[in-house]
Parts: sequence; C-alpha cells; structure tokens
Amino acid sequence: MIVTTGLVVLIAAVVLALGFGAFRAVSDGRFRTRRVETPAAEPVSVPVSVLDGTAYDEQRGERATLLQFSSAFCAPCRATRRVLSEVAEVVPGVRHVEIDAEHHLELVRALGVVRTPTTLVLDGTGREVTRAAGAPSKQAVMASLESAVSAE
Amino acid sequence: MTATSSSPTAQRTGIDPRGPQFTAALTAAVLAVALVLPAAAATVLVAVQAVFFAIGATRGVQRTPHAWLFRTLVRPRLAPPSELEDPAPPRFAQTVGLAFTVVALVGFATGVTLLGQVAVGLALVAALLNAVFAFCLGCEVYLLLKRATA
Repeated sequence: MIVTTGLVVLIAAVVLALGFGAFRAVSDGRFRTRRVETPAAEPVSVPVSVLDGTAYDEQRGERATLLQFSSAFCAPCRATRRVLSEVAEVVPGVRHVEIDAEHHLELVRALGVVRTPTTLVLDGTGREVTRAAGAPSKQAVMASLESAVSAE
Repeated sequence: MTATSSSPTAQRTGIDPRGPQFTAALTAAVLAVALVLPAAAATVLVAVQAVFFAIGATRGVQRTPHAWLFRTLVRPRLAPPSELEDPAPPRFAQTVGLAFTVVALVGFATGVTLLGQVAVGLALVAALLNAVFAFCLGCEVYLLLKRATA
C-alpha cells in the first residue's frame, strides 16, 4: 500500500474528529466552578451581579438564575432552553434568562463565553457559582442549583 | 401529537435532525474518497461536493439530493423523530463546507495539491463530527468569529 499525502490527511482527519468528538461527548453539559480571584484589598466586597449594568439584571431570580447564552446557528441551544425553563418552572425563586450571544458581545467577552449554549448558574446576588458549556442534563442543572442556593 | 398540531409553524420549519446527519455521512464518504484519488479525479469529486454544499446553502438543507434520499429511503425505515430541529444551523454548516471546498478547488486548480487536500481534510473533520456525534463545528466557530471580529 502506497502512503500518499492524501491518505495521511484522511487518517489525520479521522483521528482528529473522533478524538475531539469523544472529548466533547464527555465534557459537554458538565458544570465547572471557575475560581474567581477576589482582590485582597477588599475581602468583604459587596457581591456584584455579572449582569450588573444590563437590562437583564432585573430579570434575575430571587434565589438563583439560569443564565443561558445562545446563538442562531445552535441546535443544542433549543434542548438547553427546554431543560432550563422546565427547571425554572418547578423550582421556586429560580428564573431562566436567555441572552443572544451574538448581540451582546461585550458581555460574552467579559464573562469568557466561547460557545453556545453556555449556561451560567448565578446565586441570589447574581454572582456566578458555576457554568456549563454544551447542553446540560436536567439532573446536572438541579445539582448545580443546590450548590448555588446553599452557597449563600 | 395534539400539542404540535396547534402550532403549524413549528411543524413547517422543523426538520428531522437525522437528515443533516445522514447528509454529513454521505459528505464524509465523498471527501474521504477524494483524498485517496489522484488529483484530477479528486478535483471532479470535490467540485460535485461543492455543488451539493451550494444547493444546501442557498436553497436549504431539505432541497439537496441527500435530503431526497433520506426522505425516500431512510426516514420511512426509522421511528418518528423525538423532536424536530431548526434548519438554520445545518444550512449554515453547508455554507462553511462550501467555503472549504472552494479553497480546495483553488488548491487543486493551481497545482497546490497539498492546500486542496488539507482543505478537504478540514471539511472531512467537520462532516465526521456531524455524522458521528451530531455536532456542528461551523456553528461553534461562528460565535468565536463574531467575538474576534465584531
């Protein structure tokens, strides 16, 4: 069998696709807590909502907010919307807020959102507790909410 | 089905998500074969694929020959889809595919075969991700591009 560059490209493409796809299948929809460094100078700073200064800040839930970033060309955003709105419906004090990432790029950059859907779980004060990129399962959302509410 | 019959627009705009996945599988096969054929034959195959992408991008993913095959041969053998999907994301993906195949054709036409093969390889990665994992690579790159440029 003659090894041509085309064959090498073919094998590389298959390996890349399967590797990336498998990684995504494992990591998608899992909530991760980002370490936010608090400035040492003001250890008891007043918590500021990540939505502070935007019109969405008033839509936050009393106990927690499921903040979803979506875009037009995003199939899993639909499933995520369904899951999050279902959770917001059954859990009191929790609201689902969906933001079109494409039209709020400053917020997207400030919060370090690189994919849609990305779900941020905010506590009652609007601080980020945890986040998930990719469509999360209902159970994962419920579990993340528990930590958001207990962290208060 | 009583709930969905009350919203005809949702019925009309939604597509079976397995359709684009089937299309991606055929696309991946065509691109893979193109990589192992000599440059002349590869050019013809990639040109044909570019036409398919162009149809999907301009007339919609339901209008491609692949979609017709899916509707007539595959879908009747499958259970009804658990949910319908927006056709906009796969249509955008066809546009991305078209861009890659056009670059590949430029490579083949100008004798820079390696450029052609790498472009075909990248399109193949996207098609495989779609076919195997129902994952739309172009759709994710869209936000990253917007973030970087706008």
